[in-house]
Amino acid sequence: MDKFTTLTGVAAPLPLANVDTDKIIPARFLKTIKRSGLGVHLFDTLRYDAAGKERPEFVLNQEPYRHAEILIAHENFGCGSSREHAPWALLDFGIRCIIAPDFADIFYNNSFKNGILPIRLPRAVCDALIEDAKLGGNARLTVDLERQVVVRPNGEEIHFDIDPFRKHLLLNGLDDIGQTLQHAPAIDAYEARRRAAEPWLPSTTEAA
Amino acid sequence: MSESRPRTLFDKIWDNHVVERLPDGTCVLYIDRHLVHEVTSPQAFEGLRMAGRRLRRPDATIAVADHNIPTVGPRNPEAIAEEDSRIQVQTLERNVKEFGVPYIPILDVRQGIVHIIGPELGISLPGTTIVCGDSHTSTHGALGALAFGIGTSEVEHVMATQTLLQKPAKNLLIRVDHTLGFGASAKDLVLAIIGKITTAGGNGHVIEYAGEGIRALDMAGRMTVSNMSIEAGARAGLVAPDETTFAYVKGREYAPKGAAFEQALAYWRTLPSDPGAQYDTTVVLDAREVAPMVTWGTTPGAVVPVTGVVPDPATVGDEGARAQMQRMLDYMGLTPGTRMEDLPIDVVFIGSCTNGRIEDIRAAAAVARGRRVAEGVRALVVPGSGQVKRQAEKEGLDRVLLEAGFEWRDPCCSMCLGMNPDKISAGQRCASTSNRNFEGRQGPGGRTHLVSPAMAAAAAVNGRITDVRQLG
Repeated sequence: MDKFTTLTGVAAPLPLANVDTDKIIPARFLKTIKRSGLGVHLFDTLRYDAAGKERPEFVLNQEPYRHAEILIAHENFGCGSSREHAPWALLDFGIRCIIAPDFADIFYNNSFKNGILPIRLPRAVCDALIEDAKLGGNARLTVDLERQVVVRPNGEEIHFDIDPFRKHLLLNGLDDIGQTLQHAPAIDAYEARRRAAEPWLPSTTEAA
Repeated sequence: MSESRPRTLFDKIWDNHVVERLPDGTCVLYIDRHLVHEVTSPQAFEGLRMAGRRLRRPDATIAVADHNIPTVGPRNPEAIAEEDSRIQVQTLERNVKEFGVPYIPILDVRQGIVHIIGPELGISLPGTTIVCGDSHTSTHGALGALAFGIGTSEVEHVMATQTLLQKPAKNLLIRVDHTLGFGASAKDLVLAIIGKITTAGGNGHVIEYAGEGIRALDMAGRMTVSNMSIEAGARAGLVAPDETTFAYVKGREYAPKGAAFEQALAYWRTLPSDPGAQYDTTVVLDAREVAPMVTWGTTPGAVVPVTGVVPDPATVGDEGARAQMQRMLDYMGLTPGTRMEDLPIDVVFIGSCTNGRIEDIRAAAAVARGRRVAEGVRALVVPGSGQVKRQAEKEGLDRVLLEAGFEWRDPCCSMCLGMNPDKISAGQRCASTSNRNFEGRQGPGGRTHLVSPAMAAAAAVNGRITDVRQLG
């Protein structure tokens, strides 16, 4: 996983609530056995018409937002399925940070696992940032994870909250599995304890 | 942790699965059951392979292919016409062999939608933690298990460590007083709940469903309710295990037997929330007020009773909410004020992990019996598993449905999300027993109205949204 420290880039305004995972990446594109290559299908139905032609009115089909690295949206971003194809598609397109009033739990979690920083900020702040974003290429936002601030084009700094453990993993680009495996002895001990306390729990290798 | 503090069902299951609590409150949480399917696992197996890791507990894992399987024609991976779907299923079959994961082949009568077969086979048990790379894992919470969907990175994490790094969720109690009236089902109840608390209402929470209205539901109904917890924003829903649960679990293939069952039972009886246990939020509903429900928009919270009308954005104060409602109406091709019962239907889908159990097929068949699917309507019934299909055929329900003009298919997720060939076309209107009415969910440009199985069958025979209570 790539580290996330600071990011300065074009932010795309997407003032929609309940952007669901089917909107981010429709199910018909989930038939891949890879993580990469999904960026071209990001927001497929919003981005392309039935003939596969770009819809010029959609923000990511416009300059400079084709190169956006930050996305700003409204409430409940990423609701719906657990498909990690959603953050994979965003990442493959080039998005490393999403700012919204709130996120669906599974999507929020999946983002961190892929080096994408989801930032929760109040709706009014999101709307102000959306106005900044509408100014295009001359109005880049900076996201500084270490200091936990979003810097507006006018220099104003907006603080955001983040779980310290997630921040640590993201800043250092650490792999969760590697972290957890450091607890292997505790997992061994736990399993032994459970086997003793709940010997009735059958295995899936053979029917009881 | 203090044992004396009154604890909720969620607290108890959580505490029993904490391997280690890290200084910032993050827990290494042990996972008892990992369910694996073909769509969200290939990249996880690949990750293990690249890192040279093995599965820690193949004996706590079970795999099945369910999303990509055609519902007509031969039941073998080689026969899947669409290349990407075929490759995904074949990749799963290769991976389970390489990593030694128990697998239920497509031809096996026990094959089906992972959330149907987990409870059906007794793999999902009270008091356990269950995960799957699928958001509708919340279904298994109906048995009093802590069950939630995870992304592919976490699938790999569970494969490698049998744990997840998690912080405890908040407790949300949904208490349903009294019991459902004539014509209203568990599906209507959960749609009413989502309509009330909104699709973000459960974010950050685990929902415990309680009260007479829940206790009175059979296991199938409880699974329908718990299944759609995720549509209310909650990763997991829970129903305290009771005699209904124990009777359901007893004797199932993978469930404990004999003395082991008695031992398990003694433990399961300690699971219900203690008197005085604290919830962060409590919501109360009166089941008697729940009518058969129909969604009108492209989010499951956009729902009205079947006797209602398409809402009018002009009545909405907030500009953003008004614009969102208008966008939904435009997509759905609806005019404010139109009676829901006047909406013509092109397609009917009965199935999915929400409503693909034998009880759902029975409810649909009861409406279909002696009636005919309306001219021009395509109506599909897709049982949730091979065992559901076999049971329905034993009861003659397949004949009732076929005689009425329904198509009787083989088990798969099917038209819930159209990863197999079952899709609706742009502009088509579908009464569907599935769980999501998102734009394009059942096929690009398709329009979904979420309903109960009985309501779906009623829509099929009348060719329009119909109040099933009027059919008698």
